[in-house]
Amino acid sequence: MNMMKNTIADRVADFIKNFPPFDLLDKDQLLDISKEVKIKYLDKENVIYNINDPLHDQFYMIYKGAVKLKKYINEKLETIDQFDEGDVFGLRPLFAKENYAITSITEEETILYCIPIEMFHPFIDHNKDVRQYLIESFASNTENPFSNEFQKKLLEDDVKLDFTKDMFEMQPVRLIKNVITTKQSSTIKDAAKLMSDNNVGSIIIEEKECPIGIITDKDLRLHVATGNYSISDNVSKIMNHPVMCYKKNITIAQAQITMMKHKINQIVVTKDGTPNTKILGVFSEHDIIVMKGTNPSVLMKAIKRSNSTKELKRIREKIMMLLEGYIQQNIPLTHINNIIFELNDATIKRVIERCVEKMDQAPPVKFAWMSIGSQGRKEQLLHTDQDNAIVFENTDDDHLEEVRTYFLSLAKKVNKRLKIIGFEFCPSEMMAKNPKYCLSIDEWENQFSAWTRETEEEELLLCSTFFDFDNTYGDQALITQLTEHIIEITKGNLIFQSKLGACSLRNPSPLGFFRQFLVEQDGEHKDHFDLKKRAIMPITDAGRLLALHYQIININNTAERFEKLAELMPEDQELYYSCAYASKALLKFRTKHGLRHHNSGRFIALAELSKEEKMKLKRCFKAVAKVQELVKLKFNLKNFI
Amino acid sequence: MKWLFNKNEKNYPDYWLQYNAHFSEPKLTDINSSTYVVLDTETTGFNYDKDRILCIGAVKIIDGYIDISTAFEIYIKQDYFNEKTVEIHGLIKNERIQTVSEEEAVVLFLDYIEDAILVAHHAFYDLTMINKAMERLELPELKNQVLDTMFIYKATRPNTTGLESKKKYTLDELAEHYDIDLSDRHNASGDALITAIAFIRSVHFLVKNKNYTLKDLFNCK
Repeated sequence: MNMMKNTIADRVADFIKNFPPFDLLDKDQLLDISKEVKIKYLDKENVIYNINDPLHDQFYMIYKGAVKLKKYINEKLETIDQFDEGDVFGLRPLFAKENYAITSITEEETILYCIPIEMFHPFIDHNKDVRQYLIESFASNTENPFSNEFQKKLLEDDVKLDFTKDMFEMQPVRLIKNVITTKQSSTIKDAAKLMSDNNVGSIIIEEKECPIGIITDKDLRLHVATGNYSISDNVSKIMNHPVMCYKKNITIAQAQITMMKHKINQIVVTKDGTPNTKILGVFSEHDIIVMKGTNPSVLMKAIKRSNSTKELKRIREKIMMLLEGYIQQNIPLTHINNIIFELNDATIKRVIERCVEKMDQAPPVKFAWMSIGSQGRKEQLLHTDQDNAIVFENTDDDHLEEVRTYFLSLAKKVNKRLKIIGFEFCPSEMMAKNPKYCLSIDEWENQFSAWTRETEEEELLLCSTFFDFDNTYGDQALITQLTEHIIEITKGNLIFQSKLGACSLRNPSPLGFFRQFLVEQDGEHKDHFDLKKRAIMPITDAGRLLALHYQIININNTAERFEKLAELMPEDQELYYSCAYASKALLKFRTKHGLRHHNSGRFIALAELSKEEKMKLKRCFKAVAKVQELVKLKFNLKNFI
Repeated sequence: MKWLFNKNEKNYPDYWLQYNAHFSEPKLTDINSSTYVVLDTETTGFNYDKDRILCIGAVKIIDGYIDISTAFEIYIKQDYFNEKTVEIHGLIKNERIQTVSEEEAVVLFLDYIEDAILVAHHAFYDLTMINKAMERLELPELKNQVLDTMFIYKATRPNTTGLESKKKYTLDELAEHYDIDLSDRHNASGDALITAIAFIRSVHFLVKNKNYTLKDLFNCK
């Protein structure tokens, strides 16, 4: 069939496809949208819409130029954000009914692509990624990203993703892309030979890359081995057709049901889910079994059963695969975090358990193995260093060193094995095998008291690691006692609190960073960005300080600390929720980058960031800046920044 | 000799009569609310009598917006082949583009443009090619008002005396000046889009800095 050509719409599509959310759409969808775009030229300092203007029936993408968003802050119209080529804005009509809440003005001569809301709605309704991107984008451009309106939208999305019970079943299948195929004209013998050469249980008969039939081991048994057909017959004689085809992103649950329903053990995935388009890959029952190997509950069982460090190391590699899969599928971080933490925690527990068994005698007194720092905060997703300590029951002075020797030798075994499994040694020796951190409960209490009484540089660093401890193995009563001690010594200790506050303000929020980056294109900012120092540490420190200040005990996780703070102080709820969000988003961001580059994810190359990533970071930095402002006021640190 | 007979309008085909009806009432002319059809043609060559239109690309500017949903792009079947025809023929064949006869093209084009103001770069050339096609169909010339972006752009330039006043600006020069992407240069539709953007920007400049009205635009020479 001959087609009408639309070069102009093609040209528009060529531009929009480079930027989110349009990069998430396929060619036909892009063209459909492009055909409805209107192009508008605006001079410098031209208002696109004003606060309280009725909503437009279109949203905007900048083709050329720049736009600033303004809002009244303390009765003054201030610029809250700036956009340039490829950015989308004016998203309010997509999500809300009230008039515009901000003003948008061109900063220079600007050409806008105007995208009609009505025709774009289906893409929001049907494409989760597009919806998520636009909601995030919208939320990051309003002063109030955590108002109920958006919270609901975000939650709705989370509900769809929250398959807490049986996550595995809801994962999309991992396609086998190297599909073994043959032509309709080949013989059964040739097909069977191809199958056995490639060690597969089925073969697809293909014509112009579309699947027209499929032959499985069963068909060979049923039709050939019985003598009904000869091996020199054409494959078309025995092939099953039409082929059951599905679209990409079919979940394991769907795949399993389909296989059962149609009594097949192989699913063919094509471009549009029909046999009339290109084969993208296949997926068989066997592949589900392989995938189950990286299912958290299977891994958990394997950890608990494991009897060698080597085995635990192998399991840990699978945990990393699982993590990578979760991150790729964009599963909510809280969820990922809980699962990975539990698996890591179980691994460490199993190691300690085995080492205790290996010791010549049972522990002389009760003890607890504490994970400190990021593992203590449940924020350790990638391999980072092992930070840990031991606390044991008080004993009389005569036996103290003897008891310590016992626990030191236990710790040495555990630390060594954890290293083999993949938890590197802590460079500052904050490990249980260090005699400084293998102490009785009295010794710990005295140490903590000393750190908070006379607090210098080193003590601040120690507090920020050791105050976030979590019981990994052993006696909970010891841990509880230690927690209560910290609350007691820091309660009302404003000098210590303000020192901790000052420490948390040491790295000012990098807000405005990208703006500079955008302007100084050939500049000095081409360097890497220290995500840990400039964003994660400030927000973690602020969380710890505020938790101490408000005597929130037994919560070490930064996001959970802020969520608790939001609950306790409704007047600052918005800010605390935004911090909780930011700490999760930053951790996810770091994990993603770490996985991508096989490192800790701490240093980020700016040039590598997508627009979407920059936008997310920007939003997190806003939260960092605000909580720092709050710390400054609360702990009277006005002169600090 | 045809022109001696004052041809009765009733002998014109319906599509012409419908087109012509748009001009029965004088229209209000305002620079912002007028509808513009920005167009470009591709032809087999530069001989008005021998050469033919290969392709017409156009897009409308309505209320100041270049509306992509109004994009117009037609390819015309050729009886006569030269190098240029062969090139575009390859495109038509490869991409399986629908083609129309010269008459069908005129029918579609008249229905599309109605009484809009036509805009083109070096407009005389494109308009002559279209009028020649109409002549072959024994139709009168187009009745629309025409603007030439060459002259409009020229009016935005500081010195229009001496050498500068004789200068002929190419579409490439306009595109470069306005920083317009040139990726579809020498495709009728691509050139129409480039022309449309250059047109809007030039007009904007003239309205803002020289208080131009639509009448002034028509007087650009």
